[in-house]
Amino acid sequence: MKSLAQALSVARKDLAIELRTKESINAAGAFAVVILLLFSFAFDPGADATREIGGGLLWLVFAFAGALIFNRGFARELPNDCLDTLLSSAVSGASLLLGKSFANLLMLLAVEFLSLFVFGIFYDVRWWLRPLELAALCVLATWGISVIGAVFGALTVNLRLRELMLPVIIYPLLIPLLIAAIEITNALFSNRPLGSYELLWGRVLLVFDIVFTALAMALAETILVN
Amino acid sequence: MPQAIELDRLWKFYGDYPALRDLSLNIAQGACCALLGRNGAGKTTLLRILAGLSPFQRGTVRVCGESPRSEKARRLNGFLGHGIGVYEDLSGLENLTFFARVAGIERPASASAHWLERVGLARAASMPVRQFSRGMRQRLALARAFLHAPSVLLLDEPFTALDDRAIAMLTELLTEARRRGATLVLSTHQLREALAIASHVALIENGRLCYAGERTGDMLEDPALLYRLYTKLGAA
Repeated sequence: MKSLAQALSVARKDLAIELRTKESINAAGAFAVVILLLFSFAFDPGADATREIGGGLLWLVFAFAGALIFNRGFARELPNDCLDTLLSSAVSGASLLLGKSFANLLMLLAVEFLSLFVFGIFYDVRWWLRPLELAALCVLATWGISVIGAVFGALTVNLRLRELMLPVIIYPLLIPLLIAAIEITNALFSNRPLGSYELLWGRVLLVFDIVFTALAMALAETILVN
Repeated sequence: MPQAIELDRLWKFYGDYPALRDLSLNIAQGACCALLGRNGAGKTTLLRILAGLSPFQRGTVRVCGESPRSEKARRLNGFLGHGIGVYEDLSGLENLTFFARVAGIERPASASAHWLERVGLARAASMPVRQFSRGMRQRLALARAFLHAPSVLLLDEPFTALDDRAIAMLTELLTEARRRGATLVLSTHQLREALAIASHVALIENGRLCYAGERTGDMLEDPALLYRLYTKLGAA
């Protein structure tokens, strides 16, 4: 419980700083909107084929926008040696990573919400028909992306080319999660009932989240200190 | 007297360069040890090892009988490094409240307000840290380090950027901390202020411990005495 409280304090602090500076949210939100807008010119919005690739387009945009958010997660701790202060305090490495993952999750969900509105307008896709299933999918897939983003954000924070290195490292790892999210999203956008095929991908998402969260917590000290 | 800090044959390398060489030192609970030495002697490296921030290659380090990275040692530590360790975009009060929360202090907001008052920043409590002067930042950093009443205070150059009133305030805080039984380790170049508070002195040169012992009256009268007697550079 104490670790969870510490993690929530870290997330709350990160969100308070982000609400004040808006540096990650503005960059990620603007990036997502511009990409969706550009793709709407490239394809014929409203065509069935466009709706079929809608899931893929959205999740790639979310993953790219996420990298902009994750890059700031630990970089925010560099000025004034705040990361050293946190690491020498009572906060455990696992709580710190968990807190960063919570903050990443909420920021990326906000960008996803904005993107879905833009997507609905420019691609004529009625994404709101299955709101609960879509919300559950977004939380499940975004949690996996956020944990990976927090872990590799910590590992690359001291690299000079971290803005480049972070996406290069995380995207290959995200492939199974992205495929699962895309498959389920396409089914939801087509308003098809979720069958065993989609549920299988749902299980992949769940396992991905559990495995990577457990790995992140177990390796947190090594990742952050060594 | 139980030992708060135990270092036994400690070696720390940066690549091939030995930053600390075969360093053994014990600091008793409740002592105040002034860590002295020229620039690059290894004082900051030693404090970072004690704070659990820097791994070492050989030897043993114990803080309150635990490994410096253990949860217990980190909970008992208060560390002030070269960076002030506070967030520019948060106010002084928000910064302290955050650190109070993660330290598990009950009523974090009132504890934070109390410490802002102690370091003379109550009127600037809601001001973002980016608008603070250098001295105000250092005072906030000190409040952050003292906030959870740590048993071991590791302070790297705590007098930096402080004016005479703030130095008096810090001296009072350090004296109070000693009175409640805390162990203090402070590295500094301000010999006069440090020796006035210290009960013990450790002098490091090129990563080696040149002198460790009680602070004597002679040292107070002539702060440079240690350097002259015990270091090669001082002798030269």
